[in-house]
Amino acid sequence: MDDQGIIMTITINKASTGTGLKTVVEKISGISLDACYQCRKCSAGCPVAGPAKSAPSEIIRRLHLGAGDELLENGLVWMCLSCETCYGRCPMEINFAAVIDALRSLSLEKGSKTPEGNMPLFNRMFLSNVRIFGRSYDLSMIAGYKLGSGSLMDDMEKFPAMLKKGKMAILPPSGADKKTVRRIFERAKQGRGKKK
Amino acid sequence: MKYAYYPGCSSHSTARDMHESGTTVARALGINLVEIEGWSCCGATAAHQTDRVLAASLPAANMLLAKRMGLDMLVTCAACYNRMKVTNHEVSSSTVMRTRVADAVGQPYDGSVAVRHLVEVLVEDVGLEKLRNSFTHSLGGLKVASYYGCLLVRPHDITNFDDAENPTILDRLVNAMGGESIDWPGKVDCCGGGLNLTRTDVVVKLSGSIIDMAKAAGADCIAVACPMCQASLDLRQKDMPKQTGRRYEMPIVYITQLLGLCLGIPQKEIGLNRLMIAPTAVLQSLGTKA
Repeated sequence: MDDQGIIMTITINKASTGTGLKTVVEKISGISLDACYQCRKCSAGCPVAGPAKSAPSEIIRRLHLGAGDELLENGLVWMCLSCETCYGRCPMEINFAAVIDALRSLSLEKGSKTPEGNMPLFNRMFLSNVRIFGRSYDLSMIAGYKLGSGSLMDDMEKFPAMLKKGKMAILPPSGADKKTVRRIFERAKQGRGKKK
Repeated sequence: MKYAYYPGCSSHSTARDMHESGTTVARALGINLVEIEGWSCCGATAAHQTDRVLAASLPAANMLLAKRMGLDMLVTCAACYNRMKVTNHEVSSSTVMRTRVADAVGQPYDGSVAVRHLVEVLVEDVGLEKLRNSFTHSLGGLKVASYYGCLLVRPHDITNFDDAENPTILDRLVNAMGGESIDWPGKVDCCGGGLNLTRTDVVVKLSGSIIDMAKAAGADCIAVACPMCQASLDLRQKDMPKQTGRRYEMPIVYITQLLGLCLGIPQKEIGLNRLMIAPTAVLQSLGTKA
């Protein structure tokens, strides 16, 4: 671990925005955070605690201490790779990756500010293509993401080689049961509406 | 040996080589792969980062198709494998999730379809002895770093794939092919794949340190079983010198490409031409079996 990600003093004002998130995060994820005793094995193994400037055990402690919506803008929320090393090494078997997923869905619901890289935009582009074609359509997804994030020229030099080597399909995918896929997207969206 | 084959989206895009080598090797060994008609995307990272019901319903729809075929599902992509297994866990451990998934998909799913990764089938069902007898070529002592990444081994209580911290299934295949599987510390580290387009700098850092470790342990190549790992290590290798100051020519091959070579399958049929870093060291070491 390379910088201040691990050892730190946490200062928070109780639920500085809205009410404390712990209960709702536990409800969405189905994971109880009460057993965490801050051994920090999760943080020691986290590959992005450095660049995210935050670590799994810190997020849990902040939730214990009553953190509110401000936590949804923490760097780890969208930088977490879901590698699940934290869960794999937790002596109390707390599935922290599921906790991060719950924080992400709350962040989307509440329209929290998203960090550099704009992962929610990437996800929207990915899922909108799946909704239309029933399968991922990389070319359209990447173009949509790069236009939206203003990173159109990044990786341009890779494109000809990927085309030549057949690693990027030009035509959209076909053959999926699109009807079922659309139904799933519709129903999941309705479910999200009901929660509010 | 007959399975419902779920290719996954990357099979027709960034991981055509995984699909080509996987299906060709399976055919050569008498494994019958019946592609699931109408299969759709598993939702990947984007779905589970967005909505828990969406993330379980997309895989469930595909497992219902496999169930109708009366076959176990066989997957070659580590991410699809992970999403299918997590979904089985979600619907079988929570009645709320089971109800919500049934509502979204339009029919109930109980989480009962067995999901297998191709390498599990190769080692557990075909067996190393039959594999050894089928090889016409040998890796000739090639030093191979077997790289597993995250999605096959974690969460281990759900994927139940080999061992969580020190898996050896790829190493066993490498040794059976006459290669030398090397001992190295990066086996289950994360390549950063999920951030490939959004935070490329993080991917370059994490994947670069994985190649560093393999190189320091003397690897001639890295063998993978996940299309995200392959893309991070192979496609991003050319970006590494600019950010880290370190340059590599480390071939990143699918384990099924190595198996294809040892089974005497022509290079083109296992997608060897599609790799960004040419597998020169692999081909130089390859020889006919003694």
